[in-house]
Amino acid sequence: MTESLDHIAPGQHAQITEILHNDLKPQLMEMGLIKGRIVEVLFTAPFGDPIAIKLNGYVLSLRLDEAALIQVKTTNELVNS
Amino acid sequence: MKIALLGNPNTGKSSVFNMLTGLRQHVGNFPGVTVDKKIGNIKIGVETHKLIDFPGTYSLYPRSKDEQVVYDVLNDSSSQDYPDLIMVIADASNLERNLFFFSQIYDLGMPCILVLNMNDVAQRAGKHINIERLKEAFPGASIEGINARLGTGKERILSLLENAADRRPENKFLKGSEICSLDDLQCQEQEASLRYQQISGLIKEIQENKEIPKKDMNKIDKILVHPVFGYVIFAAILMVIFQFIYSFAAYPMDLIDGWFAELSVFLSRSIPEGIFSDLISQGIVPGIGGVIIFIPQIALLFFFVSILEETGYLARVVFIMDRLMRPFGLNGKSTVPLLSSVACAIPGVMAARTITDWKERMITILVAPLMSCSARIPVYTLLIALVIPNQTVFGFINLQGLVLFSLYALGLVSALVVAWILKIFIKTREKGFLLLELPGYKAPQLKNVGITVLEKVKVFVFDAGKVIMAISIILWALASYGPGDNMINAEIEARKSALAHQLDQEKTEQLIASEKLEHSYIGVFGKSIEPVIRPLGYDWKVGISLITSFAAREVFVGSLATIYAIHDDGEENKRLIDRLREEKRRDGTPVYSLAMGLSLMVYYVFAMQCMSTLAVVKRETKSWKWPLFQLAFMGVLAYVGAWITFTIFS
Ligand SMILES: Nc1nc2c(ncn2[C@@H]2O[C@H](COP(=O)(O)OP(=O)(O)OP(=O)(O)O)[C@@H](O)[C@H]2O)c(=O)[nH]1
Ligand SMILES: [Mg+2]
Repeated sequence: MTESLDHIAPGQHAQITEILHNDLKPQLMEMGLIKGRIVEVLFTAPFGDPIAIKLNGYVLSLRLDEAALIQVKTTNELVNS
Repeated sequence: MKIALLGNPNTGKSSVFNMLTGLRQHVGNFPGVTVDKKIGNIKIGVETHKLIDFPGTYSLYPRSKDEQVVYDVLNDSSSQDYPDLIMVIADASNLERNLFFFSQIYDLGMPCILVLNMNDVAQRAGKHINIERLKEAFPGASIEGINARLGTGKERILSLLENAADRRPENKFLKGSEICSLDDLQCQEQEASLRYQQISGLIKEIQENKEIPKKDMNKIDKILVHPVFGYVIFAAILMVIFQFIYSFAAYPMDLIDGWFAELSVFLSRSIPEGIFSDLISQGIVPGIGGVIIFIPQIALLFFFVSILEETGYLARVVFIMDRLMRPFGLNGKSTVPLLSSVACAIPGVMAARTITDWKERMITILVAPLMSCSARIPVYTLLIALVIPNQTVFGFINLQGLVLFSLYALGLVSALVVAWILKIFIKTREKGFLLLELPGYKAPQLKNVGITVLEKVKVFVFDAGKVIMAISIILWALASYGPGDNMINAEIEARKSALAHQLDQEKTEQLIASEKLEHSYIGVFGKSIEPVIRPLGYDWKVGISLITSFAAREVFVGSLATIYAIHDDGEENKRLIDRLREEKRRDGTPVYSLAMGLSLMVYYVFAMQCMSTLAVVKRETKSWKWPLFQLAFMGVLAYVGAWITFTIFS
């Protein structure tokens, strides 16, 4: 089942299935948010926004608005660090 | 030879730069954009090479104002900064994303070196990189692993530099890739996708991951971004910083103040009397003093800020503040500029550079001077001592302290409200965003901190200093000369009345100074604006002080002292306060009433009485439009605010 990254709870892993078309898309991709990658939601800021995710090799924080552009499916696979 | 230092943010570019150049560096400006470039010299053998430190970027395609620089320089071979050699600093613990950028540079076909930094971090994370295999993947580049923190690898880099410029990549890493045009997002997306595909294949070959028991870094983060502790810790850190900036910086500031006062006196005695002597002792020296006196505060502020930045904590502050700042059209990254502005708006405005979003950056710059800076303190303290009784309210709160606190609060609240209004009016196509790497925690490196502090102080002294100096000299001239015979007559009159009242020498001189000021150009001007400021409760004497304090707010106090012919006795201002209390209107009511005092305080909360801030805003926004707009809206706020205050309390 796919949903967007802003709905994933901290501690869960998810695999990126698609990034919605947007001006920010190339930038998100350059930061390493590529189809097929696995990310882990680490924690959220107070008020639940922004969120911090673990990506290949580093921790990225982004606002929920940006996370909403990232379509994912939850998985049990781990982020390879 | 010109060598460009490029790489992702936070990979150690500046550390490598400092390691290679030591203190042989200076800050310049990239033409057309507002980002500072650092240029340093490296000596190899007999030759000296120029090393240029660029802002960190994730990609060749610029996503913010300061990233634009990299793209512009690399795409214009006639640019004065066009490099002969590119040195990319990569974080070995995060190879994939760093190679993404390096491979883009490699595919430009220019001579390039890849420096793998942070090997210690990679090792601790259990990553081992096979450099030989990496070299096979990029046969046209020289590759070297170093540790900029320990300073190991300096010799190896220097020897690489000697002949690296002769080698250039023959084949592209990503076959058939061409540079996309800046507005062709689809082309860029496709490139990103293909490039990452190829790089992740490469990483599997060259990087071994050892499973090592991980220390849970998350634990620190969970506390620092905790909904309660996160803010408590941040507030506590702020308290410590401001304690240093306000209380402890006062000692060196008093010393500096004293030195310059003595220097003025000494010079006025030792240089033969005349215009030249006056210009130096009353115009230039106090002007320089007015700049130097802020150095302790600015140095302390940047000392703390750069320590917080080096440790990686600042990114967490941005993270927890972002949601709070957003409704006001600001960004989590606006926190530091606004906080810095409590010391001085100049470093605050400069710190807004890190905000990638244009609109959020503009709003931050525009509202930063509304935060009450330290130059307002002398004005606030004088006025509070003058009109607010020193008594306790609600049993334990000191009324004077309460008023001071309210002034700061008024500044903060108005900054937020104005930001919120500007958010509605400043139009952009793009929506604000935040994509921020949360770097791992590190112990700060004192060398980097020291160099940052030195650099910021230099920029302040030379950039803001020029303007403050110029304005002080102009104001001095306007206060020392008057139309026609005004000044001479004023002096004669003053002498006469001094004789009649049998004043001693000191009193006579003060009287002359005061009479002269009244008849100078500034005095005439001050009187002519009286009708405009009367609704606020001010007379022409205050008018003169408002004008002279346009260069810098704290001048207000000294100016009043001159007008009332009182020897400025420094911090306490006892005599000035007594004198101001005696000042009566024609109907016998005091001029410095509660209403008038409060109105002046409110005026100073809002008014843009600072030439140097305007100059820095011009420098940072590359246009006079924004500083003038700022001057106007803050002026309106000040006038209306002061008028309302005066009306309510009188
Ligand atoms: N552990 C470790 N830390 C390093 C090394 N090199 C640099 N650092 C630290 O990494 C942090 C970032 O270094 P900088 O030199 O400021 O990085 P930068 O690339 O100039 O960063 P930006 O200018 O923000 O893009 C600092 O805290 C350095 O002390 C290294 O080899 N090992
Ligand atoms: Mg740097």
